[in-house]
Amino acid sequence: MEKLSVKDLRRIKDRSSIACSIRNNEEKDTKVIVHMGTCGIASGAQEVMRVLRERVEQEGLDVVLDEAGCIGICEREPIVSLVRKGEPVVRYAAVSPEAVLEIVESHLMGGKVVQELLLSNGSINGVRKAGLRSSETLVVPATLPEEPLADLEEVDFFVPQQRITRKNCGAINPYRIDEYIAMDGWSALARALTEMTPEQVIEEIQRSGLRGRGGAGFPTGVKWQYCRQAPGSVKYLICNADEGDPGAFMDRAQLEGDPQSILEGMAIAAYAIGAGQGIVYVRMEYPLAVELISHAIDQARAYGLLGSDIFGRGFDFDMEVMIGAGAFVCGEETALIHSVQGQRGVPRPKPPFPAMSGLYGKPTVINNVETLATVPTIIRNGADWYAAVGSEKSKGTKIFSLAGRIVNNGLVEVEMGTPMKKIIYDIGGGVPEGGTFKAVQCGGPSGGCVPARHLDTPIDYESLTALGAIMGSGGLVVMDDKSCMVDTARFFLEFVQEESCGQCTPGREGTGLMLDILTRITEGKGVEGDIKELEKLGNIIKKTALCGLGQTAPNPVLSTIRHFRDEYEAHIREKRCPALVCRKLVQYSIDPDTCNGCTACARACPASCISGEKKEVHVIDPTSCIHCGTCYDVCTFDAVLRT
Amino acid sequence: MDSSSTETTQAGGAEFPPEKIRELDDRIKKVRNKTGATIRAMSAAQEIFGYLPREAMMRIAGGLGVPPVDIYGIASFYSYFITMPPARHQIVSCQGTACYVRGGDRVLEKLERSLEIKTGETTPGGEFSIQAVRCMGACALAPVVRIDSDIYSRVSQRRVKGLLSRYSKKDPGDR
Repeated sequence: MEKLSVKDLRRIKDRSSIACSIRNNEEKDTKVIVHMGTCGIASGAQEVMRVLRERVEQEGLDVVLDEAGCIGICEREPIVSLVRKGEPVVRYAAVSPEAVLEIVESHLMGGKVVQELLLSNGSINGVRKAGLRSSETLVVPATLPEEPLADLEEVDFFVPQQRITRKNCGAINPYRIDEYIAMDGWSALARALTEMTPEQVIEEIQRSGLRGRGGAGFPTGVKWQYCRQAPGSVKYLICNADEGDPGAFMDRAQLEGDPQSILEGMAIAAYAIGAGQGIVYVRMEYPLAVELISHAIDQARAYGLLGSDIFGRGFDFDMEVMIGAGAFVCGEETALIHSVQGQRGVPRPKPPFPAMSGLYGKPTVINNVETLATVPTIIRNGADWYAAVGSEKSKGTKIFSLAGRIVNNGLVEVEMGTPMKKIIYDIGGGVPEGGTFKAVQCGGPSGGCVPARHLDTPIDYESLTALGAIMGSGGLVVMDDKSCMVDTARFFLEFVQEESCGQCTPGREGTGLMLDILTRITEGKGVEGDIKELEKLGNIIKKTALCGLGQTAPNPVLSTIRHFRDEYEAHIREKRCPALVCRKLVQYSIDPDTCNGCTACARACPASCISGEKKEVHVIDPTSCIHCGTCYDVCTFDAVLRT
Repeated sequence: MDSSSTETTQAGGAEFPPEKIRELDDRIKKVRNKTGATIRAMSAAQEIFGYLPREAMMRIAGGLGVPPVDIYGIASFYSYFITMPPARHQIVSCQGTACYVRGGDRVLEKLERSLEIKTGETTPGGEFSIQAVRCMGACALAPVVRIDSDIYSRVSQRRVKGLLSRYSKKDPGDR
């Protein structure tokens, strides 16, 4: 394939803009898109596509079948979008193979929208139970490629969002570079190479106020400048796609939905720092992301957008994919470097920072996926445009993943400084019926919780740190009154303990000591002074651990003590778990008035400690009960009581 | 470097047919000069054999000129590498934060009880193994269980038995 010039880029853009926009397409007037991110596929999108293709072929319908990444509302996958010339874009949610038959017959063949399958406000369960009111349906005009997903603004989940980095996700087919080019893709690199010096690119990123989206929020432009100024002719750029923080999946969605944006950001960064070689380090738990980013690299290379003398400007840059073999600590940059070198992924003390001495001892910049995917939009639209969005010290937008006890699970991109309340309630729809919001865990095992009384706080790097949490990668896990904060702290410490590389004593032994105390508390063996001991250990570990993982490991404990001390005290003093989560503190019994002797609990009990004849009241023997809760789960008459 | 003379006592046996060994040697040669050659070679070996047999690790060490202890150190550090033959059906239960909040721990317990093995173990006939992982990034569908390459979302304790029966009936040639 011939190398692309800037002129060619424009030609492809014009050509594929027309191909993408079905409105202008002369040949076919209907396009059906199945959204096939990992969440879509896990919900059955492939089967939906198979049935759809089969039906369309059987009926000989003249429609284009296509796929795209996740639009962000993972909760309601599989989602199918139907674009028809001169008609509004229609999005169907939670589509089953049977529903496909209905969509084909009613909409594709009969021209009639299937109302009860439309993506609408409220949870899927709510929709199924309550049925749909017509005022909630989503029918809006088809969009031009320049404004992808503008139609989504009708749904509550999308209204408060500002999609800059995720603009293309769910709108383009991630397997086709031409569609990315149609969305102005690779024009930012063209601009950087033809109109800007590397110093000007760094200056532009610095002025935009972009900060690292992977954790600590270090200014991206400053990092680039350190590396540019570091002596040496060989430099490296690494994209950290080792998204190990449990509860965060924005990087996966970007890799799967818009891989070219990451490659373009990397090429711009490489030009700025003077790197000729790039590495994308992706975790092996993300097979689809690995496939898509590898495919994207091949396509970019075929167009000459990677390789030598890019755009004829004498800039050489190429990259390869490295697959992380499964170790949380590899998200730490020095550990990641060791892993890329084929060694055990253990961190080392800093300084020297990787910008001075990184991969094979050469100056190296390591940026996170979201950071790099944002870079092209800044170069395209200018630093002022980007800096106009956000709060005083945190510019632009941030992508959060919303999971846990919340109605709308998915990915949201909002302006920095947006109050947490807006994310949880306006976008997330609050906690599911029957629960009360308790806290949201922000920043994973290195972060902390934000309780209900602080929900009005505008979210940025500084405000979260002040609350004892961190921005981290932006994973938000919502907890309600059914979540025990002490057990949550134990959960995170267990995680860190397992993932500790074992090099430094605070990280290896200190976290172990804290875990022992927490385990004791959740088993009803807590003693006075435990809270103080946890705080003491936590503060020592924060100051003395070798790497960022160790230094932040006590955060979930310290923040739950800070905001939920009463729960710790209930466990220690009253041997009581208010959320009824800590198993050894929960007693099970059967209400003789409600039990109808269906025998379901007795049959399910793994300890065989429930006795009773058919159609007679059953009894649990507390001495042999193992507190597993199975009887509570299987009883359909609410006759099993927990106290 | 050639390690074949000293370290391949079992090579050529049923588990190590010559074509597989040749394939491994080819792959080692291909990655020798690449970034992160050790991990690449080990991934290749695991692809070929399904796990990392001792012989394969020794061969990689020889082929790349790396002490065998380093290869073993890497194998034990990363959760991806396994040094025992895998079960016919591999069950992976996600224990990330979102799955934990929505009861993933109870699903794992039910799996353990149903198969009468602990996490990290394989059933005596080699049919099932259970592993726990920290987040597959499908948090919106929590709790998530993966069996082989199929992902199951919103798994409850009640669904566990049904899921297992789909797989235990497969493979009529089981021992």
